[in-house]
Amino acid sequence: MASVPPPPLAVPTAPAALPGAVIGASGVHRRTARRRVAVLLGLAVLVVAAAVASMLLGSNHIGADRVFAGLMRSGSGTDEAIVWGSRVPRTLIGASVGAALGIAGLLMQGHTRNPLADPGLFGVSAGAGLAVVLGVFVFGVTSTSASVWFALVGAVVASVVVFSVTVAGSGTASPVPLALAGAAVSALLGALTSFIVLTDQDSLDAYRLWVVGSLSGRQLDVLAAAWPFMAVGLVLAIWNTRALDALGLGSELAKGLGEDLLTARLVGLGGITLLAAGATAAAGPIAFVGLTVPHVARAVVGTGHRWTLPASALLGAVLVLVADVVGRLIGGFAEVEVGIVLAVIGGPVFVAVARRRSLVSL
Amino acid sequence: MSATTPTSTGTATGPRRGVRIGPVGLAWRPRVLTTSVVAVVAALLLVVLGVAIGSTFIAPGTVVRALLGLESGPDQFIVTTLRLPRVLTGALVGVTLAVAGALTQTFTRNPLGTPDIIGVTSGASVGAVAAVVLGGGGSSVSALVLGGGIPVAATIGALVAATIVYGLGWRGGVQSHRLILVGIGVSATLDAVTSYLLVRAKITQATAASQWLVGSLSSTSWTTVWPLLVIAAVGVPLALATSGALGIGQLGDEVATGVGLGVQRHRLLVIGLAVVLTAAAVAAAGPVGFVAFVVPQIALRIAGTNRPPLLLSAALGAVLVLGADLLARSVFPWQVPVGIVTTVIGAPYLIWLLIRHRKEMSR
Repeated sequence: MASVPPPPLAVPTAPAALPGAVIGASGVHRRTARRRVAVLLGLAVLVVAAAVASMLLGSNHIGADRVFAGLMRSGSGTDEAIVWGSRVPRTLIGASVGAALGIAGLLMQGHTRNPLADPGLFGVSAGAGLAVVLGVFVFGVTSTSASVWFALVGAVVASVVVFSVTVAGSGTASPVPLALAGAAVSALLGALTSFIVLTDQDSLDAYRLWVVGSLSGRQLDVLAAAWPFMAVGLVLAIWNTRALDALGLGSELAKGLGEDLLTARLVGLGGITLLAAGATAAAGPIAFVGLTVPHVARAVVGTGHRWTLPASALLGAVLVLVADVVGRLIGGFAEVEVGIVLAVIGGPVFVAVARRRSLVSL
Repeated sequence: MSATTPTSTGTATGPRRGVRIGPVGLAWRPRVLTTSVVAVVAALLLVVLGVAIGSTFIAPGTVVRALLGLESGPDQFIVTTLRLPRVLTGALVGVTLAVAGALTQTFTRNPLGTPDIIGVTSGASVGAVAAVVLGGGGSSVSALVLGGGIPVAATIGALVAATIVYGLGWRGGVQSHRLILVGIGVSATLDAVTSYLLVRAKITQATAASQWLVGSLSSTSWTTVWPLLVIAAVGVPLALATSGALGIGQLGDEVATGVGLGVQRHRLLVIGLAVVLTAAAVAAAGPVGFVAFVVPQIALRIAGTNRPPLLLSAALGAVLVLGADLLARSVFPWQVPVGIVTTVIGAPYLIWLLIRHRKEMSR
């Protein structure tokens, strides 16, 4: 699972930037750290299990030996086509998209300090959606391999617009204007998309399938296009973790702790944009992952972004992989899209978690 | 959610003025009062204009006379039977959505806290899209259940969804944070059902359903006006009456209880009002894009208050929807759904307000 970031397991060395970890005697501190490491290891095991299931199960029932033979390119042509043409790309895309959206959601909620913020809030989803629709409407592009580029460009352009509006409005891009500008630009782009979709049935047909979020029919070239975006985004996100912890204490305190607010925002927003743009281009806007995974991550490993970041990544990957496998199995050949399965199964689970645990409020 | 209150816009609240006659006092803020009066007048003007402008132009004077019942003949028919229901529905949809949005944004102390978070819109969408997709197939069971058509299906969906969210959010009381999270989960599930129906539907049904999902005033008549009018006439004054308690509720549970506010009863009232107002509007015209979110945010920036002023929000909601419908009917060569136009007007205006705020601060 090359796409999942290695969890930074080091015991915290800079307690000043770690709210939640500084309180209590060092024995308690060590115990919580050990518990968190155990949770992360458990999640990593789940990711591997989900990836194996994603390789073995599908609408074509072939045994584990044939999957392995196909993977080694030593089996029959059909096996090889199923494994390399469908299962490998789906597994890799599913895991990386889930991880990317989980991290992007975490960063988004950290920066806006708003539990309702999803990775699409900066116009990433709306921009990608409009670009995909324009691709169909103006250029007649319907293949996934081509529309992935439209989605990437649209996503990046939209979030740059949102960020410029916010900086023009509040200088340091503070949370509330950021969320408002993002929501406004997203709505505007969404209205334009609706307008095109309502006048052109071909666009509507392509859009309604894209917007749900799906992994089917994606080949490795889709991943190749989206992966560099997600990789750079991941680096920015990891760089941003310390600053995010400081920002969680409020802008004034963060400034006092020596954080350069504008740099922190730029790095974070760049990370969110690249992660979400790559994921959205590869699989469509699966808002549910980015919206809910950070809440669950905070519930299982507490606050402190060096813990919640790997937890969000692993949780997101598990969620998308499992939902994709379930979607393949329940629908037979008319499989149910991963975005739909995710929300239908994940929604009630999330509600149960929200009721059971006292989720950490932002 | 300490940093997500609308107060962090940083605008000054402005001085209060008031009159005092013996023990009775009435206080107001001049800027809120003047902007509200201007907005109400603008809304009334737009009602007259909305009735006057159409395929045949009717002079505003004639319109006013027809509205007062002093006109007879074809003009009277065009005004009262054809155009007035549409204009009134537009105005009422704007008022109810804006007030509902102001209530939920204040209650959750979150500018993104639209009535959608209680599941109303998602529930209504499932109901309406199911009515379009399944009802069109003519299968007997669904035809029986969905016989009431889209408005009934949407209302049932909205109320059921809101009840589910409120019920699941209840654990010895309702807190806005838990309610938001439960709302996210329930809405996501319902939206997925809507998507599933849309993806599996025939493309013509998908088009019809998408049209409804944007929000449109094209299929309005007096039968859509009356339920909406009754609910607005009861709900909006009630909402205005809760305004004081809303302000206290913002101070946090302990303070509010200490001051003597029945926190849970107040919460049920606020959420119930928002749900009923939104459900009525959505049943009449679909989830008209963006109104519940943008109007309260515009209102608090215009009035310079720290939470959305209810009366100004109501008037601006009517102005936005009426203006958008007027534009959609007169400027564009073909009928554009009003929900698209409300967004195209509202979003840039909010963006402009956000940018101008910076310039004001640095001055």
